[in-house]
Amino acid sequence: MKVDLSVEFCGVRFPNPLVLASGILGVTAASMANVVRHGAGGVTTKSLWLEAHMGHPNPVILTTEHFMINAVGVPDAGIEKAKEELAIYNSMKKAPIIANIIAGRKSDYGQIAEEIAKLNPDIIEVNISCPNVEDELGKPFACSRDDAAAVTREVKRRVKKIPVIVKLSPNVTSLLEIAKSVADAGADGFCALNTWGPGMVIDLETRQPILANKVGGVSGPATKPLTIKAVYDLYRATKLPIIATGGMMTGEDAIEALMAGAQLVGVGTAVHYRGIEVFGKMRDEMGKWCTQHKVKKVEEIIGTLKY
Amino acid sequence: MFPILNTMPKMLPIAKIIRETSHVKTFVFRHQLGAKPGQFINIWVPRVDEKPMSVAMSNDVEFWLTIFAVGGMTKRLHEMKVGDLVGIRGPFGTSFEYESGDHLVLLGGGYGAAPLYFLASEAVKKKCTIDFIVGARGKEHLLFLDRVKKLGKNVKLHIATDDGSVGTKGYNTQILESVLSSVKPGNKKMTRVFAVGPELMMKRASDMCFAHKISCQVSIERYMKCGFGVCGNCCVDDSGERMCMEGPVVDHLRARKMKDFGAYHRDKVGRKITF
Repeated sequence: MKVDLSVEFCGVRFPNPLVLASGILGVTAASMANVVRHGAGGVTTKSLWLEAHMGHPNPVILTTEHFMINAVGVPDAGIEKAKEELAIYNSMKKAPIIANIIAGRKSDYGQIAEEIAKLNPDIIEVNISCPNVEDELGKPFACSRDDAAAVTREVKRRVKKIPVIVKLSPNVTSLLEIAKSVADAGADGFCALNTWGPGMVIDLETRQPILANKVGGVSGPATKPLTIKAVYDLYRATKLPIIATGGMMTGEDAIEALMAGAQLVGVGTAVHYRGIEVFGKMRDEMGKWCTQHKVKKVEEIIGTLKY
Repeated sequence: MFPILNTMPKMLPIAKIIRETSHVKTFVFRHQLGAKPGQFINIWVPRVDEKPMSVAMSNDVEFWLTIFAVGGMTKRLHEMKVGDLVGIRGPFGTSFEYESGDHLVLLGGGYGAAPLYFLASEAVKKKCTIDFIVGARGKEHLLFLDRVKKLGKNVKLHIATDDGSVGTKGYNTQILESVLSSVKPGNKKMTRVFAVGPELMMKRASDMCFAHKISCQVSIERYMKCGFGVCGNCCVDDSGERMCMEGPVVDHLRARKMKDFGAYHRDKVGRKITF
């Protein structure tokens, strides 16, 4: 049976629901195109800043079989590099691209959004939720209903036609309160969720935190049920399209996220656990599940959770 | 279900420190790393930094890292003493490929001699014959000469220095050209070139091997953060291959397809820097 794995998200057709999550393999156009060659249905850039941003010293990423913790600190070369790399990606484009943007101040979000919109990404994702730059930038905007809404409104005002989705933080008291506020401010969808924490890992011999930044955002296999629950809540509360990101390792995980209400599934940490081939593997696993369950179009699964 | 993929640093005491030159020391660790020639590790100096370094030797009982004091972390490392702890992650990346009995031509520029020594020490056990060509600015920067000489009669050492203080005056690639010219077509032994050093040297070596139709592998150094295929900082154009996973050792025919080979690399924020 031929299964149609394509999904429409914010008016953009993705060949399959698996998108590269922001922060992983998203530094260059060539790297993102390589991810698409390995089976991804779309890609998200690493967070783009207006000006160069250095990020944290090494070590920045640690993993065990249970989790990944990172404090890369959103390094980026600034808008000129983004112009060059997005033009290259668009010239060899095989799947949609989501441009993830970040700024330190609300007004700067508007400016980076406007500059990035000129480069014609399919969707703009607003990163207001990175948990490992708090020392530098203060509490993420995603932790305040008013700040999150203000950033969303400013970005929407500046980018006009391009759909804008907001990457939410799990590290809040009420995810739905923030989400509703962002939706009222005009967001076209959500990416749920950014990393958890921050957390810390200590080296016993030296009695020191291993990450140079001391703390970092936690992701990986164990976060899947947390993602599923967030997607379930968001889908019921807002009906806006959702990218489920966090702990998605297999095709079955992706199916589960779709049932909970996601249109797309962000794949990031899984690159470490199953290799860069994970996109093709998950795509094939989704196809196999659909065949076994006589599902002709994967879109039919979205939000079909029975409760 | 998933392979165990623990990349936490293993804390190891420095077992021995060998001074090689005024700015280079070899750090010995008593640990079975299981690295193959060409692979690298990440070395973490707590509170300072973590950097990828090629492995200069790895056997059943110990491994060596030969490190040039060039920046903050490596200078701090040079101040450390036997017994001090550093964190090691790895080994990561690809290794040099050859068959028993091959003729290997090793071209080391500057500190590239260290990982090539590791390759030579393994290859002589597999009945390979070796032309080991080293090059450096001057006598004081040459590494591992005595160790290479001790590898036995199947290893022939060639030296070039920019200032002529020892060996041939000029570039090591001039010696490579004469070695390659002496390879007779139809020679039963497979000749393979392995170049490690400044990228422009490796590009010149690759051009020579391409002209002579001789197999060549190079070690592509790119700015790495994680070392295990996640951060995306070491991807090359236009293939997007990660030099920490699909590299650092690559066949030169693949390297020649990279837009950046011999042209540019990227800094820690992904900005292009021309060589």
